[in-house]
Amino acid sequence: MADLTSEFLGIKSPNPFWLASAPPTDKAYNVNRAFEAGWGGAVWKTLGEDPPIVNVNGPRYSALHSNERRVIGFNNIELITDRPLGVNLDEIRQIKKDWPDRALVVSIMLPMEEKSWAKYVPMIEDTGADGFELNFGCPHGMSERGMGAAVGQVPEYLQMATEWCKKFASIPVIVKLTPNVTNILPPAGAARDGGADAVSLINTLNSIMRVNYDTLTMYPTTDGMGSHGGYCGQAVKPIALHMVAEISRHKDTADMPISGIGGISDWRDAVDFLALGASNVQVCTAAMVYGFKIIDDLTDGLSNFLDEKGMSSVEELVGKAVPSVTDWQYLNLNYVEKAVIDQELCIKCGRCHIVCEDASHQAITSQVNGERYFEVIDEECIGCNLCVSVCPVDSCITMQRVTDGIDARTGQPISKEVLNWTAHPNNPMRKQS
Amino acid sequence: MPKDNNAAVCSRRLSDEEIARNFSDMHPPLGRAEALVEADRCYFCFDAPCTTACPTGIDIPGFIQKIRSDNIAGSAHTILRENIMGGMCARVCPTEVLCEEACVRHTHEDKPVNIGLLQRYATDPVIDKNITLFERGPESGKRVAIVGGGPAGLSCAHRLAMFGHTSVVFNRDEKPGGLNEYGIAAYKTVNDFAQREVEYILAIGGIEVRNNVSLGEDFKLSDLQGEFDAVFVGFGLGSVNDLGLANEDVEGVLNAVDYIAELRQAKDKGNLPVGERIVVIGGGMTAIDIAVQTKGLGAEHVDIVYRRGPEHMGASRYEQEFAQTSGVKIRHWARPSKLLTGERIAGVEFERTTLDKDGKVTGTGEYYSLNADMVFKAIGQSVSEETLGAVTGTLDMQSGKIVTDDHRKTSLPGVWAGGDCVYDSDDLTVTAVQDGKIAAIAIDKYLREESNNG
Ligand SMILES: Cc1cc2nc3c(=O)[nH]c(=O)nc-3n(C[C@H](O)[C@H](O)[C@H](O)COP(=O)(O)OP(=O)(O)OC[C@H]3O[C@@H](n4cnc5c(N)ncnc54)[C@H](O)[C@@H]3O)c2cc1C
Ligand SMILES: Cc1cc2nc3c(=O)[nH]c(=O)nc-3n(C[C@H](O)[C@H](O)[C@H](O)COP(=O)(O)O)c2cc1C
Ligand code: SF4
Ligand code: SF4
Ligand code: SF4
Repeated sequence: MADLTSEFLGIKSPNPFWLASAPPTDKAYNVNRAFEAGWGGAVWKTLGEDPPIVNVNGPRYSALHSNERRVIGFNNIELITDRPLGVNLDEIRQIKKDWPDRALVVSIMLPMEEKSWAKYVPMIEDTGADGFELNFGCPHGMSERGMGAAVGQVPEYLQMATEWCKKFASIPVIVKLTPNVTNILPPAGAARDGGADAVSLINTLNSIMRVNYDTLTMYPTTDGMGSHGGYCGQAVKPIALHMVAEISRHKDTADMPISGIGGISDWRDAVDFLALGASNVQVCTAAMVYGFKIIDDLTDGLSNFLDEKGMSSVEELVGKAVPSVTDWQYLNLNYVEKAVIDQELCIKCGRCHIVCEDASHQAITSQVNGERYFEVIDEECIGCNLCVSVCPVDSCITMQRVTDGIDARTGQPISKEVLNWTAHPNNPMRKQS
Repeated sequence: MPKDNNAAVCSRRLSDEEIARNFSDMHPPLGRAEALVEADRCYFCFDAPCTTACPTGIDIPGFIQKIRSDNIAGSAHTILRENIMGGMCARVCPTEVLCEEACVRHTHEDKPVNIGLLQRYATDPVIDKNITLFERGPESGKRVAIVGGGPAGLSCAHRLAMFGHTSVVFNRDEKPGGLNEYGIAAYKTVNDFAQREVEYILAIGGIEVRNNVSLGEDFKLSDLQGEFDAVFVGFGLGSVNDLGLANEDVEGVLNAVDYIAELRQAKDKGNLPVGERIVVIGGGMTAIDIAVQTKGLGAEHVDIVYRRGPEHMGASRYEQEFAQTSGVKIRHWARPSKLLTGERIAGVEFERTTLDKDGKVTGTGEYYSLNADMVFKAIGQSVSEETLGAVTGTLDMQSGKIVTDDHRKTSLPGVWAGGDCVYDSDDLTVTAVQDGKIAAIAIDKYLREESNNG
């Protein structure tokens, strides 16, 4: 059995799955239940100054559903904690005492004034919490008050606040990044420059879910008006993975530990984040949608996977896929793949044919000798993977490398030489060798 | 000699509640949640095999896609534009041998998309709320006579109305709908669906229905030819084939179709007299239906006896299983050799059968008997004698049915025919609807050419 214990910035937890700062970590009651269920750690719902903020009393959440009403994407306009600071601090202290083996990190969001950090950081640290997470991500409400994403989107502010926190804290400081930026590297760099011990990402994305088809107002609304919210859940995972990979592979940020967040709902999602460089992961929406019990699949799924791969710890998996991420310009343009259909598995739905016909390269037959038959025409196939993406039968179409001979489409011999765009003859800016 | 068991035939064998349960909707409709999940199972196939397998060519992935997006009126339109009786067909089509048999989901799961119930989900609201989806075409001034107000005739009339032609439907029965109204098993079409569907069809306008009039008795084919620009004949099959045994007219030997018609029209099904021991002779849908329905009325023992094997039965495997799980016993490889009678029917003697070397059914010389207080004939139907008389000699016929070309045109110029009464019919509601549709398209073409030429 692989070892799932995790150490992130020296903070130990029995497994690498923490609950992200959000409603599941809003109160002692919830966190107790989470730890009973087996969660490795929790990042407490973001604390702010007293008096606490107030939330709307109407719908805070809405979802993008599949037809089976599975939640694919999730949106919220909730703010940070709406409970008095003292209540939260007492509960944090008690939880840490009751669960010494679990990671307990406190998320905070404070105004852009040093005195505020000087006042609250030591007060919070006194609870015995294991670390801080700085919420520079909340994209709604708090950002209108100059906090959350309003800080996270300006690297200078982010660095300044990080420095203040580091100045008054003796426990590790994690900076939680907002994805509402065009390039994640400047804020990640600013966190590092401000002295952050790690980054966590992503927080939620600006979003409006839909309109109400009866009233033709946005949906949902509070007394007829709505505001954009933060988007999360499965739908955002690819965005989060890209940002994690960028930080992992960029030399200036590569050595910063990452806590991966965004759309994790089963152990495979966790493998994605870990392999792309996160050292642990955090989960919010999946716990909100299914409850804490999903931790069972997260932990034993990951453990079984590690066993299968012959890895004895989570650490061995961290960053494994990072070297495979590069820029487009370095991809080998001499490499050729073609789609191959396994006729034993094919159910003859014709989806591959129609998509290739309408949206790609007319490279799949619909009939052969008058019979319904779907077969790739190598002379036309550009290897785009569209058919693989739409085929309803898993593994029925595979992309297979053509290693030698002639590429039936171009009529050119397959070259073993690696040729990327930087050296391609069609590139006017190519590097002459 | 078996005892006279007249007393065994009686009404009210079961309580009203039991009868209500036995005749309730066979496949209750899907709710929205179920429909969305089922619709999601459809792969939206290219050149979909299910569509090819549908005799009316409904764009099945197209209508299912519209269910997924809550576009119910659009979904119903996709269905009804090819098959105006899409609502009835959703209930009565043997989908297991039509669209659903062709569904690609069979390959790995053996569980096709439930096309029938999805089709019902899309069409029910349109019929229930009488949502207009089809408009009558601009008045052409042409008049078409339609003989028979069953699926074939009504489908033809509706399509002609869409083209702007007027039609008059001459119908022998008291109500329009044909076997939808009088023949289909009661649990397949509850809540008077047949009449509601007919009303929906007629609402397009330009269709006049005259009931209680009969070709052969009240008018001749030539009368119609004189008065109308074209004629469509869809009078179905009016009579049930005889067994060819002595004493067939003895009390207790009944024609399954007439009994079902009575059941369908009964205000109170419990009033219908039914025997304790029933023997049904035949192997098609009618045999299944009479067996299951008499069982539903409270008959103790119901046996279907069929002269060949299960794979030869006209009723699909699914229907055979449905009968069996309803408590009906199906006996294969035997044919009736003698009716055992007293004052009324008392039983049937059967001879066991086998196939000879040419694949023909032949008796083995072994016999057995079954007691029965009711025997139902369900060995196929033919055009009734009077109706047959009205067309024989005028139209080309084969085996007592009308011969047509691919467009359902008969040998007589200006006369088309479709549904059960044509020679190569499949005896299904859906094919009758398709016949009416393709005949209407051909008639429209003919009428337009005619007006252009003169
Ligand atoms: C018991 C039973 C159960 C069935 N179950 C199913 C089923 O589950 N699914 C399925 O797909 N099919 C089923 N069928 C078959 C289906 O009902 C027929 O294929 C279909 O109704 C044929 O339509 P039609 O319009 O050709 O004829 P019909 O429905 O028979 O309609 C003929 C019409 O013509 C009228 N008519 C007859 N003679 C004359 C005349 N001389 N002059 C004027 N009008 C006349 C009649 O009044 C009637 O309205 C069943 C049939 C039977 C008998
Ligand atoms: C209702 C809700 C409230 C949230 N509140 C906070 C918060 O107070 N502080 C914070 O840092 N992130 C907050 N988040 C963001 C989550 O912690 C997390 O970063 C994000 O939802 C992406 O992860 P997921 O896809 O697993 O949900 C909130 C998310 C949701 C859905
Ligand atoms: S999409 Fe897949 S299953 Fe469908 S026809 Fe193509 S190869 Fe076969
Ligand atoms: S890989 Fe692309 S081009 Fe090739 S067959 Fe599939 S869809 Fe067509
Ligand atoms: S064959 Fe089945 S999966 Fe394909 S379109 Fe028809 S119902 Fe849908």
